[in-house]
Amino acid sequence: MVGEADDRKPLLSKKIDKFFTGLASAWNFVRRFFKEVFVPPYELKEVIHQCYRIGVESLPLISLTGFIVGIVFTNQSRPSLSEFGATSWLPSLISIAVVRAMGPLVTALIAAGKMGSSIGAEIGSMKVTEQIDAMEVSATNPFKFLVVTRVLATTFMIPVLVMYTDFVALMGSFLSVNANEMVSLTTFFVQVFESISFLDIISSVLKSLLFGFTIGIVGCYKGYNSSKGTEGVGRAANSAVVMAMFLIFIEELLVLQIVNAIRMM
Amino acid sequence: MEEKVVEIRGLMKSFGDLDVLKGVDLDLYKGENLVVLGKSGSGKSVLIKIMVGLLKQDSGSMKVLGQEVSTLRTKALNELRLKIGFSFQNSALYDSMTVRENMEFPLVRNVKNLTRGEITRKIEELLDSVGLPQSINQMPSELSGGQKKRIGVARTLILNPEIMLYDEPTAGLDPITCMDINNLIVQVREQYNTSSIVITHDLTCAKATGDRMAVLLDGQFKAIGSFEEVFAHAEDERVKSFYDYNFVDS
Repeated sequence: MVGEADDRKPLLSKKIDKFFTGLASAWNFVRRFFKEVFVPPYELKEVIHQCYRIGVESLPLISLTGFIVGIVFTNQSRPSLSEFGATSWLPSLISIAVVRAMGPLVTALIAAGKMGSSIGAEIGSMKVTEQIDAMEVSATNPFKFLVVTRVLATTFMIPVLVMYTDFVALMGSFLSVNANEMVSLTTFFVQVFESISFLDIISSVLKSLLFGFTIGIVGCYKGYNSSKGTEGVGRAANSAVVMAMFLIFIEELLVLQIVNAIRMM
Repeated sequence: MEEKVVEIRGLMKSFGDLDVLKGVDLDLYKGENLVVLGKSGSGKSVLIKIMVGLLKQDSGSMKVLGQEVSTLRTKALNELRLKIGFSFQNSALYDSMTVRENMEFPLVRNVKNLTRGEITRKIEELLDSVGLPQSINQMPSELSGGQKKRIGVARTLILNPEIMLYDEPTAGLDPITCMDINNLIVQVREQYNTSSIVITHDLTCAKATGDRMAVLLDGQFKAIGSFEEVFAHAEDERVKSFYDYNFVDS
């Protein structure tokens, strides 16, 4: 019995050890980002290039998803509201749901799937094929060129994409409301803007900044620390998505608690 | 007395329980091409990665151009790296950039106040010297293995290095392309006045490019000297087998 217990012990401690080593390594990676982001040279051209990639290349997918979310959410909410004769509340309900939660969450999850995996795979494959080493031996800071630029790009572009998703989702919702309740575009958007507060918009933007930072830093961290070989690249891309999505949900929960606390003050 | 550009003394490096380098001593003299031979996994690449600060030794000394690499801070290490050209085994071209952008990358970040025209002239001159002037706007994925190696060498030459390090320059190439690469290594030394270390296990490449050979086995150099000195009277069976495998019909 004692022998069995002793056999299991190192396994458990090995896992715990690996967990804390990983945590420390991730923390150091984030610290390095904040250390490097303010120090010149500023690779502005690459930041703009990455912003373009993240923003423009995600537009078709985000447009489609946002539009469908708007229509589906409106159609799903209508039967419940019509039971109380309250379908006129649809624009208010949809705007609150979209601006406060659905817009940022849907955009961030799609970006985590599309951009997170792309960043993880790209940097991972650069690591495996010694391209990062090549940058380093040519006296260039690969962290600044690859990590800082991508994290800045995701951090600044996700809020822009979120605003766009909000708009597209509301347009989808309007189409459904207009077809069923004969509400005009002006009336719809008057109701939308009456329902959302300054706090809703600010919290949505701040949350999106946080989501964007998370997607970028997780993708870069997983890629930068991928092990050798193509299998390692695949694993980096996959775990970048899973980890980013997990963190986005945790952050959503935390921000919700903070915003609710502010609302009650 | 010839000037030493690299001086290695008692260099040791382990990865976990595996001792890769066990007290290595080696000198590289100015203007010479030194070939480091050894089996795969014998620590040849580790040796040159320590030289540019990509890896750190456990103990011993690695002096490059008179500076102890392991003690250099980032800024000084980067200044030293500008004097060393590193040609990677798989070329390590940035695959999201064209050949022009690949070559511009180290240049614009390390040499200030260059005009667009000067940059283009420098790139074209180097592409000419490696025989690939037409590839300037191609992506790395459109190049063959041999062409990638040439562009990789051209990219390292753009900063006018004093020392060139070639990691397995002929690995995975056909015999004719190997010969082209061997000629390029010799041409680079003559044209750019560099001192070079060529890491390989290809004896044809070693014979064609090297002034001196150093055979790394079991983490130590078992033989150092000219090709004839190392292989004509080799006492170590493994050094002999190296020669036999490459040049003697079984």
